[in-house]
Amino acid sequence: MTGDVWQQIFTFDDYGELLALVHNSLIAGAVLGLVGGVIGTFVMMRDLAFAVHGVAELSFAGASAALLLGVNVAAGSLAGSIVAALIIGALGVRAKDRNSVIGILMPFGLGLGVLFLALYKGRAANKFGLLTGQIVAVDTVQMSWLVGTSVVVLVALAVIWRPLVFASLDPDVAAARGVPVGILSPVFMVLLGLTVAVSIQVVGALLVLALLVTPAAAAMRITASPLRVTLLSVAFAVTSVVGGILLALGSSVPISPYVTTISFTLYLACRAVGGVRAR
Amino acid sequence: MTDATISLRGAGLAFGDRVLWQNLDLELGRGEFVAVLGPNGSGKTSFLRVLLGQQRLSTGTLLIEGRPLGYIPQHRAVAPQTPLRGRDLIRLGLDGHRWGLPFGTRRIRRRVDELLEAVGAASYADRPLALLSGGELQRLRVAQALAADPAVLLCDEPLLSLDLHHQKVVAELVDERRRAHDTTVVFVTHEINPVLEMVDRVLYLAQGRFRLGSPAEVMTSASLSDLYGSPLEVARINGRLVVVGAPGAYDHGGETTV
Repeated sequence: MTGDVWQQIFTFDDYGELLALVHNSLIAGAVLGLVGGVIGTFVMMRDLAFAVHGVAELSFAGASAALLLGVNVAAGSLAGSIVAALIIGALGVRAKDRNSVIGILMPFGLGLGVLFLALYKGRAANKFGLLTGQIVAVDTVQMSWLVGTSVVVLVALAVIWRPLVFASLDPDVAAARGVPVGILSPVFMVLLGLTVAVSIQVVGALLVLALLVTPAAAAMRITASPLRVTLLSVAFAVTSVVGGILLALGSSVPISPYVTTISFTLYLACRAVGGVRAR
Repeated sequence: MTDATISLRGAGLAFGDRVLWQNLDLELGRGEFVAVLGPNGSGKTSFLRVLLGQQRLSTGTLLIEGRPLGYIPQHRAVAPQTPLRGRDLIRLGLDGHRWGLPFGTRRIRRRVDELLEAVGAASYADRPLALLSGGELQRLRVAQALAADPAVLLCDEPLLSLDLHHQKVVAELVDERRRAHDTTVVFVTHEINPVLEMVDRVLYLAQGRFRLGSPAEVMTSASLSDLYGSPLEVARINGRLVVVGAPGAYDHGGETTV
């Protein structure tokens, strides 16, 4: 019995052939890890972890609406997350307001998503995948969409990097220095929405945090150098996604538990290292 | 005055029907040091927010000729795990407003080192911001504001939460800057003594009104009694100004220094 369960979680029969099949997914995973790791440092600095969760649920609602209507799921999830990101950005400037706005939006989005999925008569795997992630054989169209979006996010972040760090740390001081703080905030929320929308394709709506928050949070436990935090966060995120895909390959279990477990383990290790150093 | 860096004309600020101050005419010249005093809720910080462009005047006009503005905010702890160190905070003052990635050039590194040295922060330059004490952080914030090479320096209670020694250090850093570069200084504080010897003029806000003039003119029993509308005593003890009986002026009330 126990053996059967392990068999389901870890199977490495025909691994070589499977690997060739998910070649695209691995590249997609690495790209996601890169974007997630980079944007995650700003998510942490701007205290937006809860917002990531809220955006993900609305993105899930958008994706399930698209599934029901038979239109492009990626476009649906993108629309959902951009709308959520802009609402959260506009209504919740202060952290306290923001959390209540998210707390109100999130169950509504989740409810909508559940409604759309209940009405959907297609394959059940499609439904489940939106919440918990899936390694579909990523086709070229999806791949170019994913990579394209990621490049847009990375380039935009590179352009606004310095003012964004400044505004994230000390908005008033940054504004006095001439940083357009009022514009940076919605721009960042849109970039966050884009990242969430592409992440959902792989890790699912419930577990986007493992990609956008945990790696950066882990990195911040062991260093305060902005460069090293970014590099480590990316390394952790890529390890989690690519490692998760490799482990999930042979099993019948979705990818997300592998991704979240790796990323959580890295976090625990970093906490331990940081804790020892602080003493 | 033709070389005014800041001029306010007929300026007033009110929230609803609560008037903080009105009919304020103020011209600040280059290198002038003005202390803004007053009890809590008198509009000191709002005055600074007006100068920063974060708060609109209810009446009157504001003209700021001096740019860039340097701003030293009130002390606030930095969130734990913030991925920035002392040198990164100063660096933001140098080029944090520019687009792009923070590539390190030798020129920038040298300038950051100079600023660290100038405020005596070199020894903790690489420590995470979240682990610094109030005094350490505040010296970095001074250096960050100076990094912009400001024509006007706006300071919001920069001495709050500092011990006497660090109050002196920070006040002297600000004063050195204005003497060396003719920087106009607006210094919001509830405690004038650490800057008493440096101040050219005092703007004292209270009861919806204000007094403007040299410390010798404003900080007298007659002037402050008139401003508050009730008798109070300004005494000079060992070179420190002590105000006795300012109503509701300070959290601890009663006898206090200004």
